[in-house]
Amino acid sequence: MVVSDYRIYGETGEWEVVIGLEVHAQITSNAKLFSGASTTFGAEPNTQVSLVDAAMPGMLPVPNAECVRQAVRTGMAIGAKINAWSRFDRKNYFYADLPQGYQISQLYHPIVGEGSITVLTDDKDEASAVTIGVERIHIEQDAGKLMHDQHPTMSFVDLNRSGVALMEIVSKPDMRSPAEAGAYVRKLRAILRYVGSCDGNMEEGSMRADVNVSVRRPGAELGTRTETKNVNSVRFVMAVIEHEARRQVELIEAGGAVAQETRLYDPDNNVTRTLRSKEDAHDYRYFPDPDLLPLELDDAFLQACRDSLPELPDAKRKRFESLGIGAYNASVLTDEVETARWFDSLLEAGAPPPQAANWVASELFGALNRMGKTLVDSPVTPHNAAELLKLVADGTISGSLAKQVFEIMLETGEGAARIVEERGLKQTSDTGEIDAIIDGILSANADKVQQYKDGKEALFGFFVGQTMKAMAGKANPGVVNERLRAKLV
Amino acid sequence: MFELTTKTIAELRDGFRGGEFSAREIAASFNDAVVAGRALNAWTVETPELALAAADVADAARGGGEMLPLSGIPLGIKDLFATEGVDSTAGSNILRGFKPPYESSVSGKLKAAGAGMLGKLNMDEFAMGSSNETSAYGPVISPWKRNDGGNTALTPGGSSGGSAAAVAAGMAPGVTGTDTGGSIRQPAAFVGISGIKPTYGRCSRWGIVAFASSLDQAGPMARTVLDCAILLENMCGFDAKDATSLDLPVPQWEAGLSSDLKGKRVGIPREYRIDGVPDEINAIWDHGIAWLKDAGAEIVEISLPHTRYALPTYYIIAPAEASSNLARYDGVRYGLREMGVKSLDDMYSATRAAGFGAEVKRRIMIGTYVLSAGYYDAYFTKAQKVRTLIKRDFTRAFEECDLILTPTAPSAAFGLGEKMSDPLAMYLNDVFAVPASLAGLPAMSVPGGLDSQGLPLGLHLIGRECDEQGVLNAGLAIEERAGFTARAEKWW
Repeated sequence: MVVSDYRIYGETGEWEVVIGLEVHAQITSNAKLFSGASTTFGAEPNTQVSLVDAAMPGMLPVPNAECVRQAVRTGMAIGAKINAWSRFDRKNYFYADLPQGYQISQLYHPIVGEGSITVLTDDKDEASAVTIGVERIHIEQDAGKLMHDQHPTMSFVDLNRSGVALMEIVSKPDMRSPAEAGAYVRKLRAILRYVGSCDGNMEEGSMRADVNVSVRRPGAELGTRTETKNVNSVRFVMAVIEHEARRQVELIEAGGAVAQETRLYDPDNNVTRTLRSKEDAHDYRYFPDPDLLPLELDDAFLQACRDSLPELPDAKRKRFESLGIGAYNASVLTDEVETARWFDSLLEAGAPPPQAANWVASELFGALNRMGKTLVDSPVTPHNAAELLKLVADGTISGSLAKQVFEIMLETGEGAARIVEERGLKQTSDTGEIDAIIDGILSANADKVQQYKDGKEALFGFFVGQTMKAMAGKANPGVVNERLRAKLV
Repeated sequence: MFELTTKTIAELRDGFRGGEFSAREIAASFNDAVVAGRALNAWTVETPELALAAADVADAARGGGEMLPLSGIPLGIKDLFATEGVDSTAGSNILRGFKPPYESSVSGKLKAAGAGMLGKLNMDEFAMGSSNETSAYGPVISPWKRNDGGNTALTPGGSSGGSAAAVAAGMAPGVTGTDTGGSIRQPAAFVGISGIKPTYGRCSRWGIVAFASSLDQAGPMARTVLDCAILLENMCGFDAKDATSLDLPVPQWEAGLSSDLKGKRVGIPREYRIDGVPDEINAIWDHGIAWLKDAGAEIVEISLPHTRYALPTYYIIAPAEASSNLARYDGVRYGLREMGVKSLDDMYSATRAAGFGAEVKRRIMIGTYVLSAGYYDAYFTKAQKVRTLIKRDFTRAFEECDLILTPTAPSAAFGLGEKMSDPLAMYLNDVFAVPASLAGLPAMSVPGGLDSQGLPLGLHLIGRECDEQGVLNAGLAIEERAGFTARAEKWW
């Protein structure tokens, strides 16, 4: 555990920032939380709305078991207490995007209790690990969307999102710097994507954060916090914290006091603005939803949830490191679930782990970057990549030949062995053939041989290069080295 | 053809199947009676064409198809039930003209069982009321008159007042009602018919406009206990669209009817002897005790100690749920919209001020208050705890008895306007009915006799959870012995 030394330096001294995050994550599910309506993103307005979502008279919510399952699996993935008995409550307020006049949520008895997430603020350094407490995860309905740009005097309502299932993941106020908060959101996103409970797509609004910030003298009592709603990228979360902490320090140092209020972030101008003050805060009149029975989860359901969990990022990274992969590569290869899955397939296909990690992190990522592609649409399959790496490992081709073969693989999508075979790119260790080439090169460069023998040892590389060139790169570099040394004595 | 309208559902069913008369004749008779009874203001919508269409299907089926349980039977449907393509307004201006594109599960089951629909029945607005006077369509007038020679217009009770009046006046052989705190049983008692509220969860609430979700239950009202059993069988059943629906098979209540109560113990709760209740009410209760004893039951005194808290508890929980349930009537998507001067909040205020009546507003205010920060624990949490105690009272009582007998209401029907200025006096109407609602138990009102003014009085039976059969059987035993044949003299 490290203590963050992130500080705001004001006119009167140092200030520590205290951060808590409430992350809203859309649960991956074909249907909404309490209705059968579809959840596909980007559909025409009001085309994914059931009678329940529109709160027609007499309509009733029925819980979607898949959403419950995903919330439980998410809780298990952060080592949280799972509440076998939980309950839905109504949060009452009026707004045009809220057809029922209440949101079904879980205030009093959330489905998931305390857990934690460990984040590294420095990818290369295990010592930078910080454990962030998670207070709870509860399930709730999303609201619809208002469109203010469709008519000069009216607002339009799109209920496609109305009733979509969200998990609200509430952290403890355990973060002390924008970097920790950023790492927390990235790690949480990775876990959700590993588990498959949320696609983590912040641009489409599948994940967004309410950012709670307060400042205090280092180690002092907690200050008054503000909550900035609906921040939809890691970068913006960090920007909100930086901006809000500075604003609060300036306010306090000027003799003012921070008001407990809800704020909105304006990314165009990188400022936060008051949305509503504490005085305007709603009285949500929470009470148990009488349309729904308490959720009771039996042992078989919980066990099935547990059994269905995949290997999670931390465990995977440790396993990769135990295979001889460096800390940085292990981190890069486990950050994104698609990368981790691809790399696991590569290992399963027999690729040697450390070499495979280096190759993926440099060669493959470099090539994909150039091509504007990601691993998901990589022209090289894990199977073919493993073949290539094995050919290098067993000495069939040299590293430089491997680069050529890889380029051909990228273009054609063909297997490495076939390319090597068909194009005659196999490396040769035939000393007779290599000797003959070396002899020719040495006699054609007698002056340089003399200079080498006079002590200009740097010329050794020249002879190696000439030999390789003459053999079109197919000579085994080890054998070439060995034969050259023998002949140049 | 008016003689058909004096028949019970069982008689109509048998006569139709036996070829005595056609379904079309039945439907036409009741359609005529509906028109003839307009002075009672029992209907919000008349749908004679739907009654006839179902009758034609039934007649065709009798000619060679498969007969359904309710083939040939036309019914009235309380306006609280969503009926596809037919105005469904919960007796409220805020839903005036609302035609749902869906059919409630219960009315859908009745239609699937072959029943036709005569129309939608007037009711207290959002089922909030005990006299039908809160309806946006004006009060229903009871077919009954006092025998004092006066012409006072009486209430048929509420909230299912249109339902009660329709059956009592021979405008429908049977109807649906809903009961949140007595809304089937009290009107049934006021007009001398039978009505049963089944165990909470027996009837799906899907498509019934919600008043208080943890209490609302649909049920039938009809002339006889047998008719109630027939209808109830075709209204109940598990519905995956209602998370509180009971996933249990529906018993064959009609086939199980028996008025032999040998071996049954009937509990008489001493706390229901309430001060100020007229002697005639206690007298009819004593008659009921004697009839059940005559049917073979053993009478035992029981205690339901938290009875006195039932009404206050109900008037916290029901408004709390209602204040939230009625939030959806906001003018945004359907129903009334009054454009405000400048903001969305203005639109809400204007719409709800114009759309809701005084009683609904009162309950929304009470409900909002008891759920507010600072008051929640003192009111709502406390009421939930008392509700648990009331349930426990019944659990303990049912260790000593199989059924409980009480009066249905503390008085006979009163005159329209007599209690509208005093909400508390109005709420007292349901003092005997509310405890069973809070406990979710099956309960039924059957006619016991007439009081000295010539007005019907009801007897109230409460059963164990899911023991509708026991309730119906005891109801039948009373029906056979009470000999209640009185009918409102036709003045309309």
